[in-house]
Amino acid sequence: MTAGSPASSRRLSQLQALVLLAVLLAGGVALLEAFGSGYHRTLAALTLINVMLAVSLTMTNGFTGLFSLGHPAFMTLGAYVAIAFTYPAGRKSFAMPDLPAFFSGIEWPLPAGALIGAIAAAAAARIVGISVLRLKVHYLAVATLGLIIIVETLALNLDGLTRGGRGLTGIPRSAELWLIALCTLLVIVGCWRLKHASVGRAMLAVRENEMAARCFGIDAVRLKVTAFVLGAGIAGFCGALLPHVVAVMTPNSFGLMLAFNLVAMVVVGGQGSILGAVFAALAFSLGTEGLRPVEESLGLYGLTQVVVAVVLILVLIWRPKGLFGLDEPLVETR
Amino acid sequence: MSGYLLQQIVNGLTLGSLYALVAIGFSLIYGVVRLVNFAHGDLMMIGAFLTLALVAGGEVAWAIVPLIVMAGGFVAGGAIERLAFKSIRGAPMITGFIVTLSASVAIQNLGLMILGDQPRNFLFPSVFRERLEIGPVSLGVIDLAIPAATLLLVAAVVAFVQRTRLGIAMRAVSENPLAARLMGISLDRAVLVAFGLGGALAAVAGLFWGGKFGQIDPLMGFVPGLKAFVATIIGGVGSVGGAALGGYILGFAEVAFVGFMPAEYAGYRDAFVFGLLILILLVRPQGLFGREEEQRA
Amino acid sequence: MLRLEDLQVTRGRTEVLRGISLSLEAGEIAALVGANGAGKTTTLMTLSGLLPIAGGSARLTLDGRELDIARTAPDRLVAAGLVHCPEGRQVFARLTVEENLRLGAYLNRDDRRIRQLLDEAYALFPVLGERRDLSAGGLSGGEQMMLAVGRALMAEPKLLLLDEPSLGLAPQITERIFDTLAELNRERGVAMLIVEQNAMLALEIAHKGFVMEAGSIVLSGAGRELLEDASVVEAYLGGAG
Repeated sequence: MTAGSPASSRRLSQLQALVLLAVLLAGGVALLEAFGSGYHRTLAALTLINVMLAVSLTMTNGFTGLFSLGHPAFMTLGAYVAIAFTYPAGRKSFAMPDLPAFFSGIEWPLPAGALIGAIAAAAAARIVGISVLRLKVHYLAVATLGLIIIVETLALNLDGLTRGGRGLTGIPRSAELWLIALCTLLVIVGCWRLKHASVGRAMLAVRENEMAARCFGIDAVRLKVTAFVLGAGIAGFCGALLPHVVAVMTPNSFGLMLAFNLVAMVVVGGQGSILGAVFAALAFSLGTEGLRPVEESLGLYGLTQVVVAVVLILVLIWRPKGLFGLDEPLVETR
Repeated sequence: MSGYLLQQIVNGLTLGSLYALVAIGFSLIYGVVRLVNFAHGDLMMIGAFLTLALVAGGEVAWAIVPLIVMAGGFVAGGAIERLAFKSIRGAPMITGFIVTLSASVAIQNLGLMILGDQPRNFLFPSVFRERLEIGPVSLGVIDLAIPAATLLLVAAVVAFVQRTRLGIAMRAVSENPLAARLMGISLDRAVLVAFGLGGALAAVAGLFWGGKFGQIDPLMGFVPGLKAFVATIIGGVGSVGGAALGGYILGFAEVAFVGFMPAEYAGYRDAFVFGLLILILLVRPQGLFGREEEQRA
Repeated sequence: MLRLEDLQVTRGRTEVLRGISLSLEAGEIAALVGANGAGKTTTLMTLSGLLPIAGGSARLTLDGRELDIARTAPDRLVAAGLVHCPEGRQVFARLTVEENLRLGAYLNRDDRRIRQLLDEAYALFPVLGERRDLSAGGLSGGEQMMLAVGRALMAEPKLLLLDEPSLGLAPQITERIFDTLAELNRERGVAMLIVEQNAMLALEIAHKGFVMEAGSIVLSGAGRELLEDASVVEAYLGGAG
């Protein structure tokens, strides 16, 4: 949009930006693998997963003007599906007795399991989305919150698959940092390409004025479903990665608070801005981690979350479009 | 009539009362500012803890505790509106409910900070814990007190909205805020009253909740709040009577699900409630009794 | 009683009123005419305190008290006697006729006076009395217009702002409304500022008229004069009316 203006001359070209991003990620991974502690690597992994989640949610919500809070529901689904494939074969009959016999002997590598988790989440989103996405904005928000609670309730009660509230432990820590970094790169680039391709432009048109977009023959509902399904797929993938970082999965690992935090990242970044979501996710992950010692030393558990909520309210009052709105900072968009 | 069935009916009535009280607030607030206030359920938590504080002190006569709790809920509801929502009035709907969601998260976590995450036991005055033997069943006094008090409050709110000058003004704002301002109605005042009144009802619902279930914690309000919103939708958003009716329908449906399905399904009650929500939204978004909502500029 | 000097209003980034000056004395009717989008409705909304003033001044003198509209809340303006009967009638469709009327007297706390005003309104528009317990949404367009005027009168206006009172009404009903307005002006001395597409109709009962075009007043004069100079007015209205 600012192409040709003086500011754009100081922007990176897309290729430069891609190379820079790849170098930053690769360099970061190499440094952490060489010198970082386990804590640092875990923090980096969780941060990158937050980046992917925020980017995918900015695609689902920001591009088309939807307002879904349902990411955690798809993450939970993706996680349990993936774990069914990756959990140590020898312990499956003990931990997940209700799993169909087909699974009992297999122990797939994480990428395969996570991909199937992502597909399962996307498929679920497709089934739910066709009907739910017709709802008005505020009803969609409530319905997707309901979705989180439904999935959580199911996971809690399907004891033979999830071990219910006790949670599954001993999940292989197979989510290597390089793998997560690679996925982050792919997600950012993929969403960027989508936003600046004709599909993405059509999505943005739907967001700005659905009626007008329809007049131009844009199938608004289909685009919304597409954005919803893609976002859910990435959410399912991230959900599959996370338990393979921390080795534990419970039905409320991904709950309402996460839904809120993801929305906070997307809104602060500017709904629809990919780099905005990246920066906001980085700031959120590192900021909350930085606040944790404060919280612990003062004994004020909950403080971090209060800060996040207050910051979000202030951003919406002072800068309702977030930091960047729909725009992408630093990088040329054409 | 079997004792079991009667017990279920009483349970439905009690639970429905709680939902009804919270649902009315959703409806009032949505009416005047077209805002789905996600923080509304948390006022229940505030009311519950306020009750605990008053009862634990032992200084306050229990008969006036509900009045103080309602006054506290009124102030809390109004304060939240002034602090968080007033400055975004007129903003797009999405902004509106992100802010209410933020307010909810802030209140819950402030609760955690101040009160800790351990549930507190809740002791109602012994009068309410007595049991009455009616034929084959024994009912707690509280099981009768909750629906009775709720019906009284619902009647009072309906009378307020239908008959009083301020109530009529609130309906006018709900229908056409611009024309209402031309009548000299202060929007701020109508909005404040809606939030305050909603807060008072939610707070007293918190008092009842504690009395009925015996335990309260800082996160107790959110999910029941969402369920009460389901009740609001069932009744048709924007009408006080509809919201109350929706509360009872949901209460009975939930109790019936738990009471008459095989026991192993009882754990799925929340999935049932929100499944019901999605179904109703899809099939009849205006609610079972609501009229088609007009678009408001 | 009303004095606008170089009044400017912007909505978003567009300048909608580009410096309007006009004055209205007690007991006068003024017609504000012009084509669609000339800024007539904006003028009325600004006078009611609903839009921020970007420049110039708007002052209201009622009962010897001078009010600066830029600094007075809408409800204070209503209390002072400036009452706005908005475009498209805007009756509260779900409320009953009587509730609508009572809302007109919202700032009045004197029950006996409200009763009197209600009786006066029903005397002026008997059909409203017959339907007092029906919801306003069920009334015909003409009846809704009567309700809108009646509702405005409940506030005991000293200056009545009327936005397109003829909009969507059958000619004989429009005439009836304008007769009533003229009568109210004669008998109760209510000053009026009437915005109308149907310029001829408004100028007929007006003491003075102002023609607006693109946010400015381009022509003004006594109502009769403008009426006789109809060809000029027509030119500004782009053939409308």
